[in-house]
Amino acid sequence: MTSENTHKDPVILEMRSITKEFPGVKALADVNLRVKAGEIHAICGENGAGKSTLMKVLSGVYPFGTYTGDIVYQAEVQQFKDIRASEHAGIVIIHQELALIPELSITENIFLGNEPVKRGVIDWAEARTRTRELLARVGLREDPDTPIKEIGVGKQQLVEIAKALNKSVKLLILDEPTAALNESDSQHLLDLILGLKGRGITSIIISHKLNEIEQIADSITIIRDGKSIETLDVKADGVDEDRIIKGMVGRTLESRFPDHEPKIGEVLFEVKNWTVGHPQVQDRLVCKGSNFFVRRGEIVGFAGLMGAGRTELARSVFGRSYGRFITGSIYKNGKELHLKSVKQAIDAGLGYVTEDRKSLGLNLLDDIKTTTVSAALHKISKHFVVDANKEFTVAEQYRKSLRTKTPSVEEGVAKLSGGNQQKVVLAKWMFTDPDLLILDEPTRGIDVGAKYEIYGIIQQLANQGKGVIVISSELPELLGLSDRIYTIFEGAITGVLNKDEASQESLMKLMTSARKAAA
Amino acid sequence: MNALKKLFGGNTRQFGMIFALVALIVFFQFATDGRTLTPGNVINLFNGNSYILILAIGMVLVIIAGHIDLSVGSVAAFVGVTVALAIRDWGIPWYAGILLGLGLGVLIGAWQGFWTAYVGIPAFIVTLAGMLLFRGFNQFVGKSNTIPVPADFQYIGSGYLPEVGPNTGFNNLTLLLGLLGVAFVVFSELRARRTAKALGAEVPEGWVMGTKLALVCGAILYATYLFATGRPGTSFPIPGLILAVLVLVYGFISSKTVVGRHVYAVGGNRHAAELSGVQSKKVNFLVMMNMAILAGLAGMIFVGRSTASGPFDGVGWELDAIAAVFIGGAAVTGGVGTVIGSIVGGLVMAVLNNGLQLLGVGADLTQIIKGLVLLIAVAFDVYNKSQGKRSIIGLLTQNFNRPSGGAPLQPDEVTSTKETIAREA
Repeated sequence: MTSENTHKDPVILEMRSITKEFPGVKALADVNLRVKAGEIHAICGENGAGKSTLMKVLSGVYPFGTYTGDIVYQAEVQQFKDIRASEHAGIVIIHQELALIPELSITENIFLGNEPVKRGVIDWAEARTRTRELLARVGLREDPDTPIKEIGVGKQQLVEIAKALNKSVKLLILDEPTAALNESDSQHLLDLILGLKGRGITSIIISHKLNEIEQIADSITIIRDGKSIETLDVKADGVDEDRIIKGMVGRTLESRFPDHEPKIGEVLFEVKNWTVGHPQVQDRLVCKGSNFFVRRGEIVGFAGLMGAGRTELARSVFGRSYGRFITGSIYKNGKELHLKSVKQAIDAGLGYVTEDRKSLGLNLLDDIKTTTVSAALHKISKHFVVDANKEFTVAEQYRKSLRTKTPSVEEGVAKLSGGNQQKVVLAKWMFTDPDLLILDEPTRGIDVGAKYEIYGIIQQLANQGKGVIVISSELPELLGLSDRIYTIFEGAITGVLNKDEASQESLMKLMTSARKAAA
Repeated sequence: MNALKKLFGGNTRQFGMIFALVALIVFFQFATDGRTLTPGNVINLFNGNSYILILAIGMVLVIIAGHIDLSVGSVAAFVGVTVALAIRDWGIPWYAGILLGLGLGVLIGAWQGFWTAYVGIPAFIVTLAGMLLFRGFNQFVGKSNTIPVPADFQYIGSGYLPEVGPNTGFNNLTLLLGLLGVAFVVFSELRARRTAKALGAEVPEGWVMGTKLALVCGAILYATYLFATGRPGTSFPIPGLILAVLVLVYGFISSKTVVGRHVYAVGGNRHAAELSGVQSKKVNFLVMMNMAILAGLAGMIFVGRSTASGPFDGVGWELDAIAAVFIGGAAVTGGVGTVIGSIVGGLVMAVLNNGLQLLGVGADLTQIIKGLVLLIAVAFDVYNKSQGKRSIIGLLTQNFNRPSGGAPLQPDEVTSTKETIAREA
């Protein structure tokens, strides 16, 4: 399992049987991590495997006492009570969402909370001089007084590293450092991490981009379902992308999908040359000329890692509710649609169930019946007056048919469990009677039993001749549910596989690189 | 306690406010040796606060949608002076003056709604600017003078229902109004109960409904008696009538119509509303415009009552209206609040004001007490929420409550954590 040559290299960090529980969920179970001094250690795993939780335990975000197991750092058992304590010991974490203040200058950000003081007054001259040195070390040529908001994400990432260096970092943790960067910025960052390694700084890097890991990592620890599976030595074990993927997905597919005989008809919905820009960043594209279609009665999966642009694609198609529309056309039953608002999209027979149920899908102040009818109020109102009886009847009907567990439809949705909330959201969209329903992570945060029921609902919708798009990070779910699967990588569709030719390995390959599939 | 909760529904906050209002009235009735519940004082109380209550109706919608309007006092003053001038200088009749005032409200509302909804400037800023802007307009147009209005216009601010029909010793129209109110309450309650039963929903026991109806109808009849037996020439005031109509109309709009649903949806979760096809900009535009129209109406009623328009009309009204709405149970974050709650909140402040005045408490102490009441009412609400939405009353009575099917709190917590992990990992 672990590499054998650890006695030769001094170990800077060892995390021993770390277990972290949240009420009802074991996020980490008996995880072991061993990082040698001066190496670049990658942590790989699917979304939700527990990588970030492990790093939060290490950096003191989850303080000592909230987990079990030992953190041995520089040959001492550590009990970090907060981030300050871990930073004091030289462990610095750089999160995926950068912790910089846009309005402040580079210098002010680097010295935030750590200002050099001379006789009670901040010594900005000193701070600026040191900032210049730090920026030179990370290879960033910018004026220290430039506000953070005026430099790009790639450079901001470098400022974060400069900030870490200023804290005399010994162990640098980078969570998805290149997720938001373009290729040349990513390469620069990877070179910098290699450079830091030359100066004796150990790094732990979490990334979904396996080619990058293959390129710079010395060892790789794979985490799956909250357990550490294996640690690979890149050089000694001859690790390549396929080997990592095998470790990441290496679970067997259980039969947890209802039986389903697809009855697929003609093309219902087609999107051509769909290109959308990022809502804020001027020349960044979130969808790059995507083409796809959905047939009647077909369940189409969209596979892609987080940040690949799946949600962006779905939401921009759904009445341009995300991003800046650039080009593209939408056809339904061969006729072109012009959907400029969500209302138009709903009227045209589209539905979109968001991945972020709590902040985008539900008004948590509402009760079940209000939520059920909220996207199709016109169906239960006359002269703009809502018919409360119809509302109740409709909600009650969906409560029964979807078997939502609740004492009554007048219960607040905030009180329901995740699975039942999702059923209410599904009811809301089923009541709009869409021809095409887009489901974005329909089973996120839902327990196994409710998942099975939701799969059943999805198949039922397809059987009624509707088109269904399922976006999911769980490959087994996509493989079990979909008739056809598109893969997305960095905003572009990289392939499409039929049910019989798709496997976790083939999908993961298409999801992690721009290689076009032969399919 | 449990029985009381059943009577007033599960909403402890609203129950609390009604309870507080009744307690206040009873307290002042005793403390003032019966001077609180006299016809003269009650009529005065309504006349002197109707314009604030009308503002509160508009304000609660603005606040439910997640905004705030600081300009209502200035808008009211500007509309008031414009209408007064138009009547004096152009000689237009009183009804044309009212139409002019409402039209001006539409324009002002469109202005503020445009900046708030379509440009995306926070309503706080837009209406802070509006507060200065329309106060300035008021003083510019009226040259900071007092401009009197004729008697027929004064009727909307200080008129009473006329005496008609046989001499019964009461004001007949007021009696009729009270009886209509009782009939309406009984009828709608019975109808709601019948449909709920037909749909198989849970209905409260018969005695609960009976007691509730008896209490509400008793209150209406008592108020009718007070209004109908005032000194000769007085009866139910016209501003009160306008207010009653507005409460019915806006109560209906906010709870029963598509537009009302959309206001709550936008305030509760704007993104979720937009992804459900709600045009949030339109909704925001409409609530801001509606507020300005009601502010214009309140301004005209005030001018009618005080017989003239002045440069300092409406100063501080926005704060009274906002206080009424928050005491009435609305949430600063939007999505929560009711028209009737805001009226109760406004009445709490009005009764407090009136009672303290009758007791001869000075303006200084009155302000201190009102400030504390506002703070405590909202603190009570915040405390409830931090305690998992269980109020003090709820805590006291929880052992008596039947376990209602066991609404699963625990699984919800589990899922939310799961989701957090999923999102973070």
